Amino acid sequence: MDRIPILKLGHALLVTIQVDMHDRLATALEEDLTSKIVAVGAKGVLIDISALEIVDSFMGRMLDNIAAVSRILDAETVVVGMRPAVAITLVELGLSLSGVKTALNVERGMALIQSRLEEFNADDED
Amino acid sequence: MPTTRTDRLDIRSSDDVVKVRQQTRTMAVEAGLSLVDQTKIITAASELARNTLDYGGGGEICLEVIHDGSRRGLRLTFEDRGPGIADLAQAMRDGFTTGSGLGLGLGGAKRLSNEFSIESKLGIGTKVTIARWKA
Ligand SMILES: Nc1ncnc2c1ncn2[C@@H]1O[C@H](COP(=O)(O)OP(=O)(O)OP(=O)(O)O)[C@@H](O)[C@H]1O
Ligand SMILES: [Mg+2]
Repeated sequence: MDRIPILKLGHALLVTIQVDMHDRLATALEEDLTSKIVAVGAKGVLIDISALEIVDSFMGRMLDNIAAVSRILDAETVVVGMRPAVAITLVELGLSLSGVKTALNVERGMALIQSRLEEFNADDED
Repeated sequence: MPTTRTDRLDIRSSDDVVKVRQQTRTMAVEAGLSLVDQTKIITAASELARNTLDYGGGGEICLEVIHDGSRRGLRLTFEDRGPGIADLAQAMRDGFTTGSGLGLGLGGAKRLSNEFSIESKLGIGTKVTIARWKA
């Protein structure tokens, strides 16, 4: 089965979703990300969904799960690049994605994760 | 109501759910729906196609570009011969699920459409029809 690639950028993981995922592919991504967070000791996960034309309840639940699991593993998930039409539709669908941090684009998402890393490094030096 | 194009697709696997989304998009563009309206009906189609697969044991979708006077729109009909739904009011309620979902599919699909109807008979199957008109 095909998999969505996960890139490592320092202490962060970057996933760019470029295809319309079927449900098994989404579930596989959730599992792959979880093991990779542990394997590399990631402190942040950036998920770029700017190519996604829709997010339905299944994908929304997957994003929520990834955010919740990564939080338990001491990594922060930021979802970036959600299209305006997708955001409008999600609200009407009834999904608030309240557990998921979002940012406008990859740069701003990275900045969020970077500021958390700096805190982490400062704590380390104490 | 006149129909300018009709298409049918089987819904038997999660790849078919992806195909339903793609075909809904193609025909929503043909019906002249705005980007936001396209996004809404594709999302509703994804919810209903997954229900057809997960609870109805598979089935099919009929997609129609429809005309009513000068109005254009897209109508989608999902049909399965699964177990049916015992209590429709309960199934429509947000948060109700007999699976592992969020229970948002049916209520959400209704909110994302201009027209929504559901018929279900125990032991016979379920049929859900939605439509979205060009604003
Ligand atoms: N085609 C169908 N055949 C039989 N039962 C159905 C069908 N569609 C929906 N149901 C029933 O209605 C319930 C509610 O459906 P709905 O789509 O709102 O939520 P869900 O699928 O459980 O969760 P979600 O869609 O949020 O992932 C389902 O749990 C199921 O019991
Ligand atoms: Mg559902």
